Amino acid sequence: MAENIIIIGGGPCGLEAAKTLRDLGYAPIILEKKQELGGHLRKWDRLFPEGVQAKQVLKELTSGLKGIEWHTSVDIETIEKSRKGYTVTLSTGVSYNSPALLLTNGFKLFPAEKKEEYGYGIYDKVITNADLEQYFAKGKDNVIKKPKTIGFVHCVGSRDEKVGNRQCSKVCCATAVKQACEMKELFPDATIYSFYMDLRLFGRNYEDMYLTAQKKYGIRYIRGRVSEVSEDIDGSLIVKAEDTLLCKPLRLKIDLLVLMTGIVPENSSASLAQQLNIELGEDGFYKPKDTILEPCMAENNGLFMAGACTGPKTIPETLSEARAAAVQIHNYLNKSWISGIL
Amino acid sequence: MDFGYSLSKSSTMKIENLENSKFKALAKLEPDATKCIGCGCCTASCSAGVFADMSLRQILLSLQRDCQDKYLPMLQNCMLCGKCMLVCPRGINTRHLILSICKIYGIEQ
Repeated sequence: MAENIIIIGGGPCGLEAAKTLRDLGYAPIILEKKQELGGHLRKWDRLFPEGVQAKQVLKELTSGLKGIEWHTSVDIETIEKSRKGYTVTLSTGVSYNSPALLLTNGFKLFPAEKKEEYGYGIYDKVITNADLEQYFAKGKDNVIKKPKTIGFVHCVGSRDEKVGNRQCSKVCCATAVKQACEMKELFPDATIYSFYMDLRLFGRNYEDMYLTAQKKYGIRYIRGRVSEVSEDIDGSLIVKAEDTLLCKPLRLKIDLLVLMTGIVPENSSASLAQQLNIELGEDGFYKPKDTILEPCMAENNGLFMAGACTGPKTIPETLSEARAAAVQIHNYLNKSWISGIL
Repeated sequence: MDFGYSLSKSSTMKIENLENSKFKALAKLEPDATKCIGCGCCTASCSAGVFADMSLRQILLSLQRDCQDKYLPMLQNCMLCGKCMLVCPRGINTRHLILSICKIYGIEQ
């Protein structure tokens, strides 16, 4: 009989790891706390750099799950380590045993209302990157009505020690470039500004997106962090920043402000880390055994982790880690069985 | 009456009032005008910049923000040597850009 492998988290990472493990001859069990599989991918409309439909990727990931057991709306009560591996007990009393455990519990988006000076949840015309994706997906919104001037604010909740997040969220720059171009496609007459500290377009073809945004779509990039946002009498927003390349403060009246919320650790990471004795980095993400040689392995035997629970990642990076972790679990179990540890 | 002091004018740019038709015309004449990433290589390599104020990066940005009055006179110092064109990482045809700026904003070279 195939050996069970428990995977905590049913986002892209958990799904891909489960498929790889199944193909290697195991019987993976995905435990997902949300009502549906798919994670944050469910909230997104299109993916950079080519603008592939998130729906398409989600469909690919959530189909062909034969041989994989999954449970949604799951609440994990306890996890215990024994000589034979791990026992995960749910709040319903059901428990599962597994010789190895894979954590793919991902990330959460920074709650934008924490950055009060930007007015999310206070002013109607301030929205987040996730809200904008919902608009792209649904095609309608109560706030977005033919905006003439649109602003994008990079690094909301990232690179900001005041909110306790010094780290860069890595993927929001590319997302902001993508979303700005999409807005220009929808509203060709709108003027679009993007406030950035640095543009970190690290991946293949990302720089081309930036060039297209400048040249084809005429997006105006302003180097400077937005300091505060206020609402004018007519409901439009007044944004204050410095154009640091021109060394001048500026004031801009706009109809819609999109906050690029960053990636922070998922709430469950702290409690799972405590139960499983995993060290957390200063940023709150899991610390792997070795950031270069063993990024998918924890210090403790039989414990593996992959995807955005060890730091911000793009979807292809996450999927690669999922496959890598699955193969590492396979190798770990083979070695353990041969040497008689398990 | 002179009290010996005055209120200073706000230096804040109000870009909602931005009159942008000239920059649009410039971008039409030289599409590379929107490609600058503000790296400063042009200014650093400028042979005129050693002796006088000359920063193509600042001029280009001021045109986009419509606050070019202070910056445009710098163009008088350009000798069109083309060194900035050699170093620009975005491959901007700076020579044509400078000549286009002069044409649209009415500057005599």
